[in-house]
Amino acid sequence: MIPLHAYLLLAAALFTLGVYGLLTRRNAVGILISVELMANAVNINLVAFSWAHGGTVGQVFALFAMAVTVAEVVVGLALVILLYRSRKDVLVDQARDLRH
Amino acid sequence: MIEQAIFAFVASCMLYSGLQVVHGRNLVHAVLWLGVTLSLTALLFLLLRAPFLAGIQILLYAGGVVTLMLFGIMLTHRHGGVHVENQQGRKLRGALAAGALFALMSGAICTTGALPHGGTAVVSAAEIGQAFLTDHLLAFEVLSLLLLAAMVGAIALARRSDYGEVVSGPAGRGVR
Repeated sequence: MIPLHAYLLLAAALFTLGVYGLLTRRNAVGILISVELMANAVNINLVAFSWAHGGTVGQVFALFAMAVTVAEVVVGLALVILLYRSRKDVLVDQARDLRH
Repeated sequence: MIEQAIFAFVASCMLYSGLQVVHGRNLVHAVLWLGVTLSLTALLFLLLRAPFLAGIQILLYAGGVVTLMLFGIMLTHRHGGVHVENQQGRKLRGALAAGALFALMSGAICTTGALPHGGTAVVSAAEIGQAFLTDHLLAFEVLSLLLLAAMVGAIALARRSDYGEVVSGPAGRGVR
């Protein structure tokens, strides 16, 4: 039997990798990929807790989280395409028009 | 015993592919490594007695999201091949912040005492469907509304502002 700690530590490590990507990537699509990695780590946590406690509520919640993540990715990609149309690149540190 | 071995293998593969996702130089490869990570997560869900979620994970993430990301890359870069530069900046500061976060989280997890141990009961698709349409019906309907809003929003954001206008010119190409 694998202890719950192992799953939580794995999810924490994956979430941290996502945070690292989020902080260092300059490409907007790369940032979206990192966010996806973080959301995946959160889902592992949800399913692991559901397994530990029994019952279906945790898995239903994980399904909701998946659907919300997919909606977020769709809108995020639409915004990235919009950014590409107006600037011809998707480097987030170049998009500083609103900075004085 | 065999379960521990599978978990160790899947976990190490996931960490390696996760590292490739955030550290690779090529954006297309990063997306493909993300597909590997998400598929391995489906294996982890099988270990956690959630076969329905494992199937959904493969269908929705490894199938849908990875394809969507690849389309996103194709639509936002001018390139001839499959190499898309994925530059990184401020690596040291990012690594420090992420390492501090991991130290904080793993400290909190390790100092927590007795966590409940899971059983071996498999949650079937029928049980999940029952829960969706009885206890969580309102959330289910709100979620479908959210998906509709996201779809309409994505189309409204990404379409061209002159879409549908009749182009009048010497070529007379008709509706764009």
